Amino acid sequence: MLKTDRKTYLWLLGVNLFISAFTFGGGYVVVPMVRRFFVWKKRFFTEDDLMNMAAVAQSTPGAIAINLSALAGYRVAGLAGLVISCIAAVTPPLVILGAVSAFYSAFISNTVAAAVLKGMEAGVAAIMVDLIIDMCAMILKERSAFLSLMIPAAFAANFILHINVALILIVCCGLCIARVFWRRRENG
Amino acid sequence: MSMIWVLFWTFLKIGLFSIGGGYAIIPLIREQVVDRSGWISTKMFTDIITISQMTPGPLAVNTSTFVGLQIGGAAGAIAATAGCVLCGVVISLFLYYFFQKHKKSTYVFEVLNGLKSASLGLIISAAATIVILAFWGTQTLERDRLLTGLNPAALVIFLIMFAIIRKKKINPIMIMLLSGVTGLIFYL
Repeated sequence: MLKTDRKTYLWLLGVNLFISAFTFGGGYVVVPMVRRFFVWKKRFFTEDDLMNMAAVAQSTPGAIAINLSALAGYRVAGLAGLVISCIAAVTPPLVILGAVSAFYSAFISNTVAAAVLKGMEAGVAAIMVDLIIDMCAMILKERSAFLSLMIPAAFAANFILHINVALILIVCCGLCIARVFWRRRENG
Repeated sequence: MSMIWVLFWTFLKIGLFSIGGGYAIIPLIREQVVDRSGWISTKMFTDIITISQMTPGPLAVNTSTFVGLQIGGAAGAIAATAGCVLCGVVISLFLYYFFQKHKKSTYVFEVLNGLKSASLGLIISAAATIVILAFWGTQTLERDRLLTGLNPAALVIFLIMFAIIRKKKINPIMIMLLSGVTGLIFYL
């Protein structure tokens, strides 16, 4: 069900340029953006698909923002979609940084830019909390104590104990495999 | 030509080992571009992080663009950025493809479910850092500054934006623009 017409390519190009130009405060804000444009507006895939993609984008090396844009593009329009989305996602930072690096000391001390960005920090915080509420609701809906407890466990391991992200994800995979293994042994 | 190749290769390595993203990968980038190659000074590296917070795009992409520009001009910026995102995108694609193909396997299904929960926990961890930065202006929360250090303007912007986004399910980019303008009013 791939969409390989020129209109879809142009849409992917435009939407990724747009999303990337507004990715302040870390790459995670791309998740709610993809949700808004790909899931709600265009209905290219479901919210559950988005969570799968976000999990993959996070579990692999590189920036989650770029990985997620690439996967969403791939899901909609195959490899061409992936390439278009990637190029569109790195272009705004490339162009903006190129401009800023020319006169970066003036930029750093600019009070107007600082005020706008300070305001945006609070905005990003609100967007993230909104997304988290919806995503938690989706996982709690499954009524699995194991999956529900995994959320605070991963949070605590990373935020409080500062354990390496890769290690957290590997332990998570191990636990999931062990769980299936034990369940099979009990049943069989 | 050889310098462009070295830039590409160095940032390919940075991209490959930066799982989890965000501020966790700062030491890794620093080691490569400051300590080992001496491409940029420590002062400039600190400036890049500041600029990265003020401009859209993931930190790794911004750093690669900036360093690439300094070392190899526009071609250097493109080579460094391409190297930085390549591994993540390719590995994401393979992992996503693998999960899609083996959706029916109980092991794969359960691992993906577990990763979804863990990745949500990690997103909450990143969001907590964003919230702390927005409300208290620091990287970590200090107990004795819980009330005195709280920025009331940030709290007000957060609550307004949160109310709008929960009620209207409005475009996140609109929230970014709105909060940026509100920042001008509060902080300038």
